[in-house]
Amino acid sequence: MGRYVIRRLLQMIPVFFGATLLIFLMVNVMGDPIAGLCGDRQCDPATAAQLEKEFGLDKPVWQQYLTYMGNVFTGDFGTAFNGQPVTELMASAFPVTIRLTIVAILFEIVIGISLGVVTGLKRGRPVDTTVLLLTLVVLSVPTFVTGLLVQLLLGVKWGWIKPAVSPEATFSELIVPGLVLASVSLAYVTRLTRTSIAENKRADYVRTAVAKGLPRHRVISRHLLRNSLIPVVTFIGADIGALMGGAIVTERIFNIHGVGYQLYQGIVRQNTQTVVGFVTILVLIFLLANLLVDLLYAVLDPRIRYA
Amino acid sequence: MPEPEPFEPLESYGEEGRAIASTGAGGASDLATAEAETLEQRPSVDAAEEAAGGPEGAGPDKKARSLWSDAWHDLRRNPVFIISGLIILFLVVISIWPSLIASGDPLDCDLSKAQEGSQPGHPFGFNGQGCDVYTRTVYGARTSVSVGVLATLGVAILGSILGGLAGFFGGAWDGFLSRITDVFFAIPVVLGGLVLLSVVTSSTVWPVIGFMVLLGWPQISRIARGSVITAKQHDYVQAARALGASNSRMMLRHITPNAVAPVIVVATIALGTYISLEATLSYLGVGLKPPTVSWGIDISSASPYIRNAPHMLLWPAGALAITVLAFIMLGDAVRDALDPKLR
Repeated sequence: MGRYVIRRLLQMIPVFFGATLLIFLMVNVMGDPIAGLCGDRQCDPATAAQLEKEFGLDKPVWQQYLTYMGNVFTGDFGTAFNGQPVTELMASAFPVTIRLTIVAILFEIVIGISLGVVTGLKRGRPVDTTVLLLTLVVLSVPTFVTGLLVQLLLGVKWGWIKPAVSPEATFSELIVPGLVLASVSLAYVTRLTRTSIAENKRADYVRTAVAKGLPRHRVISRHLLRNSLIPVVTFIGADIGALMGGAIVTERIFNIHGVGYQLYQGIVRQNTQTVVGFVTILVLIFLLANLLVDLLYAVLDPRIRYA
Repeated sequence: MPEPEPFEPLESYGEEGRAIASTGAGGASDLATAEAETLEQRPSVDAAEEAAGGPEGAGPDKKARSLWSDAWHDLRRNPVFIISGLIILFLVVISIWPSLIASGDPLDCDLSKAQEGSQPGHPFGFNGQGCDVYTRTVYGARTSVSVGVLATLGVAILGSILGGLAGFFGGAWDGFLSRITDVFFAIPVVLGGLVLLSVVTSSTVWPVIGFMVLLGWPQISRIARGSVITAKQHDYVQAARALGASNSRMMLRHITPNAVAPVIVVATIALGTYISLEATLSYLGVGLKPPTVSWGIDISSASPYIRNAPHMLLWPAGALAITVLAFIMLGDAVRDALDPKLR
């Protein structure tokens, strides 16, 4: 187990550096890092040259990347456009987005898996058809349209929620945005669980469990569900990273000041430090979430052992 | 749209597909498939090798059909496929000749009519600039469909070539490519789009398509690599190698026809998501830019006025949703037909 974790952590290193390098190149080579520093006007050449020298932008790109990563490992993520350290922005933004992601993941687990179990057990019945149809509708409407419509109906027309989330962004305010963020993944989780349950329903061990007289709920929760969850757990684990990065749209609609909001500001104001810093952390979260999922396999299925 | 009915037959097809799949999993597939041709219970999935041999494999008097003719046989009777196929056919026709059903010009606007509702001759009303929403919705199909189709083609070709070669040759190239795939997977798609496209000034569809290919190919390459590795281990490939077939002959004649089905399935389902992604990027202001007519742009420009004039948003959003739905349903139907085991 310990050796497996160490091997996986070692494998993560090239992926981490590759992904950060890719983003670094996208931002620095394709964009102009100092264009945003003189407001909306163009910097005059002398100022531009001086700024480039000050930030080390006259050096080759690989040297810039090494300097940046060196600073990151000492905890220095640079400064944002308004002079605030990027770490301060992170400290205010990440808790909000993590709360939003927790709400979304909870929706996926609770609603997605329960719907999947119900439809998987009742394949072909009206309940199955209705839920499948609903998941198709949810899948086909893009998140930003769902978000705008939910905001219009629940927030403006019926007044059930506040259309915009306050800066504190408490859990109760994030329920509806979390549901919107989770909607597409929720549909995937439902379909995945349904397929998996329907496949395992005919397995020999389920027949044995029924034959030896176990109560129905125990057959489902202990035997059927536990064996059917592996693909679902894989999906949810990979989804954590996607949800945190994909929260840009949801956070923009509901005015949530989280990671997506800061990233959007960083991109609009062409602030490379903010963008690369936040993406670095997001990539790290994604990689760790995937490692966690692989370790969860062994909990779900004792046949899987890591030497 | 009359969707509720199609699911019943889909389910019954699933049962049929399952029966085929279970014979396939019974171990018969390991027998040399060339000899298995006369067997009645020949697993349909293994019959694909023949498809490359030409149309004679699909002869009606033969008991075993190739994977492709079998899939086509399934698809023709699947109402989900027929409905989604008709919708897609309609979308393709209006993207090529939008003037067939919309006589106006999408860029012809009259500010005095801004945000007005439905009127005779203008069934969907007017948008914030006073343009006819119906005309713009019809003309928007062209961008969405072309972005979706071209991005999918690019992703499928690049991904299956790179993934297929990695799966076939293995070794260092395979390890390198797998790490590259991991790198691309670690970057959230919407985020990558914002970063990459925010610096692009061109207003054509090409940067958006290029970005989708750049971030989309690893998905297909993983699938292609896996299915090539599976196909490579079959006995007929070993037999071809023993007979002295060259690498290219083994790849083109024996492996490709047996490994391409999962790629087609994933690519078809991905097509719908690319259309949706294009709209999302346009909504965030980095995808397509006016004067291009696109559903994403229209939804984005209508979103601030959603309280006063929701029709400006609902029509293009509805068209977008139906298009994405049609492609996802087509992908589902193709998957059921090509790979009954996947359900």
